[in-house]
Amino acid sequence: MALLNQTADGAMGAAPPTAEQIADERSGERASWWQTAPLVVVLLLFFGLPMLVVLAVSFFDFSRTEIIPAFILDNYIDLFRSEVTLRLYLSSLKFAAIVWAVTLVLGFNIAYFLVFHVRSLLWQIGLFLVCTVPFLTSNIIRMISWIPFLGRNGIFNQALEGAGITSQPLEFLLFSDFAVIVAYVHLFTLFMVVPIFNSMARIDKSLLEAARDAGAGRFRTVAEIVLPLSKTGIALGSIFVVTLVMGDSFVVRTMSGGQSASVVSALQNEVAALQYPPAAASAVIMVIIVTLMVAGILRLVDVRKELAR
Amino acid sequence: MTRKASETANKLNRRRLLKGAAAGGAVVATEAITGFPTVWAQNIKDITLVQAGGSYAVIKEIGEQASKDLGFKLTMQAITDDVQLNRTLTQPQTIDINNIDSTKMPYLVGKGVLAPIPVSKYKQWADTVPLFTKNAYPDGRQASSQGLSPAKAMFYEGADAKKLATKPTDFLTFIPTIYNADTLGIRPDLVGGRDKVTTWKDLLDPKFKGKTALVDYAPVGVIDVAMALEARGDFKYGDKGNMTKDEIDKTIKIMIDLKKGGHFRSFWSTFDQSVNLMASGEVVIQSMWSPAVTAVRSRGIDCYYVPLKEGYRGWFVGVAPMAHLSGLKLDCAYEYMNWYNSGWQGGFIAKQGYYSAVPSTARKFLTPEEWDYWYDGKPAAVDIKDPYGTLMEKKGTSRDGGAIWDRMGNIACWNTVMDEDRYLTRRWNEFVSS
Repeated sequence: MALLNQTADGAMGAAPPTAEQIADERSGERASWWQTAPLVVVLLLFFGLPMLVVLAVSFFDFSRTEIIPAFILDNYIDLFRSEVTLRLYLSSLKFAAIVWAVTLVLGFNIAYFLVFHVRSLLWQIGLFLVCTVPFLTSNIIRMISWIPFLGRNGIFNQALEGAGITSQPLEFLLFSDFAVIVAYVHLFTLFMVVPIFNSMARIDKSLLEAARDAGAGRFRTVAEIVLPLSKTGIALGSIFVVTLVMGDSFVVRTMSGGQSASVVSALQNEVAALQYPPAAASAVIMVIIVTLMVAGILRLVDVRKELAR
Repeated sequence: MTRKASETANKLNRRRLLKGAAAGGAVVATEAITGFPTVWAQNIKDITLVQAGGSYAVIKEIGEQASKDLGFKLTMQAITDDVQLNRTLTQPQTIDINNIDSTKMPYLVGKGVLAPIPVSKYKQWADTVPLFTKNAYPDGRQASSQGLSPAKAMFYEGADAKKLATKPTDFLTFIPTIYNADTLGIRPDLVGGRDKVTTWKDLLDPKFKGKTALVDYAPVGVIDVAMALEARGDFKYGDKGNMTKDEIDKTIKIMIDLKKGGHFRSFWSTFDQSVNLMASGEVVIQSMWSPAVTAVRSRGIDCYYVPLKEGYRGWFVGVAPMAHLSGLKLDCAYEYMNWYNSGWQGGFIAKQGYYSAVPSTARKFLTPEEWDYWYDGKPAAVDIKDPYGTLMEKKGTSRDGGAIWDRMGNIACWNTVMDEDRYLTRRWNEFVSS
């Protein structure tokens, strides 16, 4: 961060730069390259290289047990010709959109409450930790615990019937899109809460006081001060939630009882049948689409600028 | 139960020792009863063989008993099917003994990863049930040839192991170990009684709408539906276990319509899911594995593996040495193959509900009451326990479907890999996403 500021200062210097300054700047630049080197190496080795392999395999031919090095476009052609692909993406995007909206509303409100309503720092930290408690158990357990709750003879249905609200068990509660969304929201809301909490906590409280002094009501304050200043957190949270939902197969498979599929669950079926090249093609397309989505979010909010603030 | 079995073995040993008035170590005694070990070498205790395969067959206790009887060490690795196939093909040297599901043979043949087994090397071949040696039932009838039957999966054409034969030859792909007959599981209390479901077509009966489930695995799920469609008279398949593209299309189309109409409650992909679906009453009729039925029953909930008039879906697995073995290690591998069906393993897995390829040896490791219950389908004369001593069935109950050949003698189709499996996977994905 300091480096960034330094170079920024250097660039802003009004006088034309002397030769010495230029040399300084260059060595600073070189130093920052060295500083990023370890991360670059790790990313290249463990992300770049495998991605290249996947890309290469996506053009290969295959038989029942072998992948045959070749350069064919069939895997992509099959993918784009099949209406299943479109349906899978629509279904995954639908889940991503709904879950994003719900977790955003929840996440924003929870973070708002923690930052602006809880005055004592101790309570703030305490309540924040309470939010993370579910994360002490595994994802799978948190998700599966919904099954006995929502089932036909589950606790919720029994309670409804016991209270005389319904006379028949509600079937749509489990093994349905509804169940999938419930599980996603439960699993991913925290990913929204944490970054929003983080950016809200940086908001100078005197800004809010100034707004109130200037006669702004609560909603105007939220809309014109809190919301714009939490943009970074919202963007980061959205990236987490959207990529997690798009990349999921397990939740969709379990909570829909296999009734719904996601892009990744279809890809898994292909891997299980040893059909690596089409699975690789599908993965490549998936990476491109998710990257575009993330790029779109980052375009709306310059996360780097906001973080360096 | 494990303990009990070895106690009886010990008793026998003691008796034999007393009879012969022979003083000797435990090793001599073991040899007296099982004939093992037969491989003797100075460094045999340094040998370790790794057996990999599904958790239903690759069981720690079996490895421990084999290590004890044979003098070298067996390491059991329970892994999932796709991991196993991957490792077998890409890292064959990490496995010594492969526990093979018959449906994996089309993937493995001609790859040079498995060692063919000459029949002459396998001592229990003569005592093996004719289902595997002749593709026939004990009464002489030919067994079903739909799907991947024993004749189609168990033999190589020649010593080069390049191609699968379609009839018995002198080179085995694997030594058959365990097998069973699969059918549908039902909740008798929720369908109105055990006798209310008698045919495969009940799987598609509208009265079970929203209360049926299928396994989320194309090659098995599609056969279960095909059995039902054939029973309902929709159409007749040439070979349900090896459908044509056209047959796949017709079947999947009906399945998609059923799914859209809300006929299926769920598609399960793990054992536990199938147990929970049934136990919670979400589902009253579904594809199921036999131990899952037992698991539901052990919770005190009635679940029935219902014998259906069109017959069962059969499956079998076996063990094979890997091609990279040589010298003493290969000798030990053969030794282990011969040990495998010499009785102890057969007795152990019988109590899990599976049959042994050599029932006559397994019988020695079962009490007469256990034999009557598991193999003869007679009402249990005593409480029936699983290999770990947990109560499975109360005295007086009998096994669903009856005796071994009432069940295994009525196979309609074998578990399979179709020639069109690539197409099937694609259509199955379409079905699941529809």
